Amino acid sequence: MAEKKEELAYDTKIEGDIVVTKADAAINWIRSHSMWPMPMGLACCAIELMATASSRFDIARFGAEVMRFSPRQADVMIVAGTVTYKMAPAVRRIYDQMAAPKWVIAMGACASTGGMYRSYAVLQGVDRIVPVDVYVSGCPPRPEALLDGLLKLQKKVGRERSLSRLGSVESPRLSPTHA
Amino acid sequence: MSEEIIVRLQERFAGVTPRESLDWPALNCPVEQWPVLAAALKDEFAYTFLADVTAVDWNEASPRFTVVYHLFSVQKHVYLRVAVDCPDDGEPEVTSVSGLWPTADWHERETYDMFGIRFRGHPDLKRILMWEDYPYFPLRKEFPLAGWETDLPDREVAAATGAKVIGAPMMGGPFVAPHEGPMSEREPRGGDETWTEKNPKPKE
Ligand code: SF4
Repeated sequence: MAEKKEELAYDTKIEGDIVVTKADAAINWIRSHSMWPMPMGLACCAIELMATASSRFDIARFGAEVMRFSPRQADVMIVAGTVTYKMAPAVRRIYDQMAAPKWVIAMGACASTGGMYRSYAVLQGVDRIVPVDVYVSGCPPRPEALLDGLLKLQKKVGRERSLSRLGSVESPRLSPTHA
Repeated sequence: MSEEIIVRLQERFAGVTPRESLDWPALNCPVEQWPVLAAALKDEFAYTFLADVTAVDWNEASPRFTVVYHLFSVQKHVYLRVAVDCPDDGEPEVTSVSGLWPTADWHERETYDMFGIRFRGHPDLKRILMWEDYPYFPLRKEFPLAGWETDLPDREVAAATGAKVIGAPMMGGPFVAPHEGPMSEREPRGGDETWTEKNPKPKE
């Protein structure tokens, strides 16, 4: 017993197996390689999102295969599709229910700018209601484009001060129930 | 085949008149005869399927609103189009047929949502596409494609984000393709593409 306790203390025998790094680098590495998406599939872009997740393109290669339909378990909201004004509050509420740190990818022309829907019914870009980290162009973007967007987001996360993301919610919190 | 049904209907319903149509028989029906005519069409003439309910806004003309019903007979494989003019231009109203054809429920809600036509006797006449507090009727002629500014459906989200329902920046659109001319020049385009919501539209 006594011998075992000694192993927990400094031990020259395991010295070579220890990696020294910065907390930011380690935390960001973990974060960026297991980003669980919240698939906000609202229109045709969602089909490409599904293609991105399935075998041919396989988003699992980048650690983002765990699509979570519970916002509590999601890290990145992928807004894939046309956000109507009627849907916009729901998108915002789901975003609010995601735990920090959280990110948003606007996938496709509609989510980014309203796209071809210059009309009375469509929100002209999801960045009017949630902060967007990466915009992916295309109508719809090919799965490669979405993967590229995800890689861009991973790079962006890698540059962040990891702890700065925890508390900050950009706007007042909303009550959990619908008004 | 086509006109026979109208003749037979005219014998029973004095107000029914034939209506110009390029395909299937069509008729005009006075608004007060519509509930009786609808019941007869379904029960006696075998138009058991209501395919569509929509409306036309004639803008300046009066009567301004015409509700259009498309009926299909599953037995006889024929369509029939019935147009009912709404007598009041300000508050158009016709009798609901949702009791006869259950499918009319949602179709009439859509027609109410888009044109503001009320359906008397409808079990739950509320908007179906736009949210309930939306103040306009988007398919009326005076309503522009871009829409008019109003509030988001959810007040809390509106307060938290500062977002509004805005008139969509048309950027010179809507884009239409000219019918004439060589293909290479027939791309859909708007006249002036310089204006956005930040650069106001130049005065003509
Ligand atoms: S960007 Fe294109 S493909 Fe994507 S939701 Fe809009 S219309 Fe559909």
